[in-house]
Amino acid sequence: MSFDDAYHSLTDHDDDARWAYGTGFADPLAGVPTALPEGVDRADLAAYCLMLGDDALVMSHRLQQWITRAPEIEDELAVANIGLDLLGQARLLLTRAGEAEGAGRGEDELAYLRDPGDFRNVWLAERADADFGQLVARLLVFSTWRLALLDRLATSGDPVLAAIAAKGVKEVSYHREYAAGWVVRLGDGTDLSHARMQAAIDAVWPLTGELFAPHPTELRLAEQGVAVDPSELRDEFDGVLTEVLRVATLGRPTVPAGPAPGRGRDGVHGDELTEILDEMQGLARATPGGAW
Amino acid sequence: MSDVAGEKVFAEIIEKDQRIEPRDWMPDGYRKTMIRQIAQHAHSEIIGMQPEGAWITRAPSLRRKAILLAKVQDEAGHGLYLYSAAETLGADRGDLTRRLIEGRQKYSSIFNYPTLSFADVGVIGWLVDGAAICNQVPLCRSSYGPYARAMIRICKEESFHQRQGYELLMTMMRGTTVQREMVQDAVNRWWWPSLMMFGPPDADSPNTAQSMAWKIKRHTNDELRQRFVDMTVPQAEALGVTLPDPDLRWNADREHYDFGAIDWSELKRVISGDGPMNAERIARRRQADEEGAWVREAAAAHAAKRTEVRA
Ligand SMILES: [Fe+2]
Ligand SMILES: [Fe+2]
Repeated sequence: MSFDDAYHSLTDHDDDARWAYGTGFADPLAGVPTALPEGVDRADLAAYCLMLGDDALVMSHRLQQWITRAPEIEDELAVANIGLDLLGQARLLLTRAGEAEGAGRGEDELAYLRDPGDFRNVWLAERADADFGQLVARLLVFSTWRLALLDRLATSGDPVLAAIAAKGVKEVSYHREYAAGWVVRLGDGTDLSHARMQAAIDAVWPLTGELFAPHPTELRLAEQGVAVDPSELRDEFDGVLTEVLRVATLGRPTVPAGPAPGRGRDGVHGDELTEILDEMQGLARATPGGAW
Repeated sequence: MSDVAGEKVFAEIIEKDQRIEPRDWMPDGYRKTMIRQIAQHAHSEIIGMQPEGAWITRAPSLRRKAILLAKVQDEAGHGLYLYSAAETLGADRGDLTRRLIEGRQKYSSIFNYPTLSFADVGVIGWLVDGAAICNQVPLCRSSYGPYARAMIRICKEESFHQRQGYELLMTMMRGTTVQREMVQDAVNRWWWPSLMMFGPPDADSPNTAQSMAWKIKRHTNDELRQRFVDMTVPQAEALGVTLPDPDLRWNADREHYDFGAIDWSELKRVISGDGPMNAERIARRRQADEEGAWVREAAAAHAAKRTEVRA
């Protein structure tokens, strides 16, 4: 590399490969037909894409808040990577929601200009992490559930959802592996880490009920082969969690998992989502007409 | 190998412009200098995540958020390669981190300035990553092999960061009046600190001669600074911003831009710990280290148990 070459970067154009860990900026939907599947209600499809998109967007935000706070540099990298993957999924899903809605809203209008009552994420995604144990507990639950979901969604009758899900399966498999690895290390590690990991699992458990409670929109679309009925995911989820907790020498929480405490799918949220959106949307809303 | 024979081989390797590898004999001074240089560079990458990292959650579009998150992740990766390179010389990452948070080792002073608006994200990419590239491209030919190889990878990524930063500024300059003012304000605040990234003037840089002889360094601070100014002025013109230096003008005799006097007392103040953000940067790093201690201990305990089971 000559001394001057570095500055040629300003005019280079084909350099996605220069990213250390990849950003997935190449269009993952290239070649996928974007027409809406026949017979599917636009509003239902838009709402469903928002549900899955908001889960990813809000969970990604919580991961972004860990940047510069992780216990090791390797974890900085992993947390950023997972946050980036979920942000990528959110962007595709919000874009699809906008297309289905047909009112001209794109990913940014949907991310930055909706109020908390219009967000459809589950409460699990918005919960703040008191420590690293809570982060990995929440990530284990979230990614185990989401992987089971995306796995089934990869055969969706909506080709766009199917393509997004197929890409997401690879990503979320890694997220689950990362989280499970830490749950095992912390559960098995020291007395202190064991106690903290158990407390973290106990704390997150009441939020799991909501994950498997189907919303009417999900049921309608599931019947048409477009969406997944989340109640079908319970067995796979239970199997994975039981095994990870066993290896981690952790007890299965005695706290009842249901009934669903939140109704995130209907736009009912806690103060935590309001705080997230204040942070996420503040600048975008303060500079109307801004070009970024 | 005796020290005398080792010294001879070392001198030959340097003379022929080849690389010193971890198991080669090297003078203690070389090893110490290399560890210090690589560690300070690693610390800079890790502390450097903070000023821009603060804007990830607030990025005003999802595309910019993804770009920024990927960039900050790259910086963590740079820190990781560099700590690994320092470890090839016998240093220990945990020990180096302690030196950082106890203030016994430095990091680049540029990160002790605050990021006041989203335009700072663009200006840091353009000027700070740009200055880092000028400093670092010659290090791809550093005499220490693991460092030189780490730098090749890092430089490629830094140049991408620079382009992304510049592209953000271009976009903002085409936006609203408020946005253009944000960009100019950020340029005003970051220009002089960027020039200081090249270190004190040659006349006042005691270590340069030895580092040049060992081929740890290839150009003097002032040469690199001039190069940076020469490359940046036309970019500022293309962008439509004014660099805050009334003395900045083309000198046809020298075929370089002349620029105004740098306030070295400010650099000294910031290096000695009195910059606007020194305390906060270190406090944040210390907090992450302390809050992560139980996690690292658990990982070590788990690994030890696994080894026991296998034995
Ligand atoms: Fe870097
Ligand atoms: Fe960089």
